Amino acid sequence: MKRKGVKKSRYAVKESWPVLLMCAPGLIYFIIFNYLPMFGIVLAFKNFNYTDGILRSPWAGFKNFKFLFATRDALQITRNTLFYNACFIIIGTVLSIGLALLLNEIAFKRMAKIYQTIAIMPNFLSWVAVGFIGFALLSVDPTGYLNTIREGMRLDPISWYMEVKYWPAILVISGLWKTVGFSSVVYLAALTGISNDYLEAALIDGANKWQMITKIMLPMIRSTIIILLIMAIGRIFYTDFGLFYQMSRDTGMLYSATLTIDYYVYNALKNMGNVSMSAAAGVYQSVIGFLLVLVTNYFVRRIDPDSAMF
Amino acid sequence: MGKAKRKRNPLEIGKKGQVILHIFMILMSLCFILPVLLVYIISFSSESSINEIGYSFFPTGWSLDAYTYYIKTDMVWQIVQSYGITIVVAAAGTFCSALFTTMLSYGLSRKNFIWRKPLSFFVYFTMLFNGGLVPAYIINSRYLHLNDTILILIFSGMITAYNTIILRTFIASSVPDALIESAKIDGASEWNIFIKIILPLCKPGIATIAFFALNQYWNDWFTGLIYITNPKLVSIQYLLTKIMNSVQYLKENSQLANSPEGREMMKMFPSEAGRMALTVLVLTPILFAYPFFQKYFVKGLTVGSVKE
Repeated sequence: MKRKGVKKSRYAVKESWPVLLMCAPGLIYFIIFNYLPMFGIVLAFKNFNYTDGILRSPWAGFKNFKFLFATRDALQITRNTLFYNACFIIIGTVLSIGLALLLNEIAFKRMAKIYQTIAIMPNFLSWVAVGFIGFALLSVDPTGYLNTIREGMRLDPISWYMEVKYWPAILVISGLWKTVGFSSVVYLAALTGISNDYLEAALIDGANKWQMITKIMLPMIRSTIIILLIMAIGRIFYTDFGLFYQMSRDTGMLYSATLTIDYYVYNALKNMGNVSMSAAAGVYQSVIGFLLVLVTNYFVRRIDPDSAMF
Repeated sequence: MGKAKRKRNPLEIGKKGQVILHIFMILMSLCFILPVLLVYIISFSSESSINEIGYSFFPTGWSLDAYTYYIKTDMVWQIVQSYGITIVVAAAGTFCSALFTTMLSYGLSRKNFIWRKPLSFFVYFTMLFNGGLVPAYIINSRYLHLNDTILILIFSGMITAYNTIILRTFIASSVPDALIESAKIDGASEWNIFIKIILPLCKPGIATIAFFALNQYWNDWFTGLIYITNPKLVSIQYLLTKIMNSVQYLKENSQLANSPEGREMMKMFPSEAGRMALTVLVLTPILFAYPFFQKYFVKGLTVGSVKE
């Protein structure tokens, strides 16, 4: 028995080398471009200068963090990041599931496919292009389409790019416009996976459509919903930089509504040239983000072990 | 029409409900299509129409000026160059991305690969934690000297944990272990198995991640914004970003914009319609490629995202 086990594991090691060789390029890529930068987070604790590099720059302790949190920026970028992500998680999830449920009910499957193709399409457009689409709608000079409509209704044109108050709505709408269709793909797949037996049984018991949706379909795709929610909550400190940068055309006047953590990190690095501060904001984001994944996963594991990620 | 041929499925919503459903879906589709269509229409609108009635679905005059403008100026070379960069990067990047991701995913899907669990976690961990933009920027530019090279455009986002995991799950669920085992007994090497069994059987999965990679490379302006200063390496998306930035900069600094130099600078930029024409050049290829790949990636995503 024992000898057989030894033989088997030796066989497995020998078998594993060629497989490891196949994985090698990918693994080396992850080491260089993902793991090496992880150690670069020491930058946040240093007074970085280019001549001394990462290792030899003098230590700064928590000074960079103190500076970051002493400004009003830290509160503002955190608030913006959480606000937009909360909107995307709540509204986005409801809309994607809703869209999936509707597509699932369409009897004429070829049309359902066409609707789905159209709904997913914006996901594959770049934010630069979507930014210009936004400009075609919102511009003042020349008159954008929304202002043309306002003119038709005898209302004064709005200088969208100068008024901060409209931007939370504009950004949420454009973010949803681009992503809802794509997120619904996974939900739709989960819905089509539900066996008709359950639904037919419910029909015999006299259930109506609404009851089938709330009592059977949604509970059946619960684990898909929960996994996607955990992933979203784990990324609640991260935003899609392109959405905020391109839609607002990097307008300084709108920063109070558009600056999220990612945007701030970019600005501090490229415009202010403040590497250490930028790194501090980045570490703040990575560490809190990581803790959030662990915490949400912990709670999910306690409530519903099957849905936990690890 | 279906009524005569087949009995109605009792689970489906009735005819009236279907009509309402279709009307709703058509309205939703318009919300997705019309804004994109507007950009196309503006790019073919005459300059006088834009000055007169603004951006409109029904311009007073049509013209190709926005496109021919580029041919008359030096901008045409920059556009050709940028298109070239985008095409080269997208082709090389997509190829490397698909190849290396598939190799890695295949390895991680093998049940008797003894380092499968730790290495899967090694890949997965990059989804949970990352160093962020600044350390990556400093390491890539100061230590690896990748800034202002075409390599950084290819390397950024080449292999992602998300794609690797989707494809690993896809391979694990569409290639039975017994098939690989029997091939081994017949004396096939790992590479033989990879090329003769994995590649043909996992086409939808590979096409899915290849399309994601292609789309990401085609749409990448961010890497340029961070790492590229050499105009010869500016991709088409980054070119559009740069134009947007300069125009916006002039608009925000009205003093400069009204000065003679400002007006001189403004002349160097394409017209309003010209910028929309460039947007059209950026949008069109991906809009054409997308429906072709869609049949694959809905399947690839569906199988790949089911939890193992």
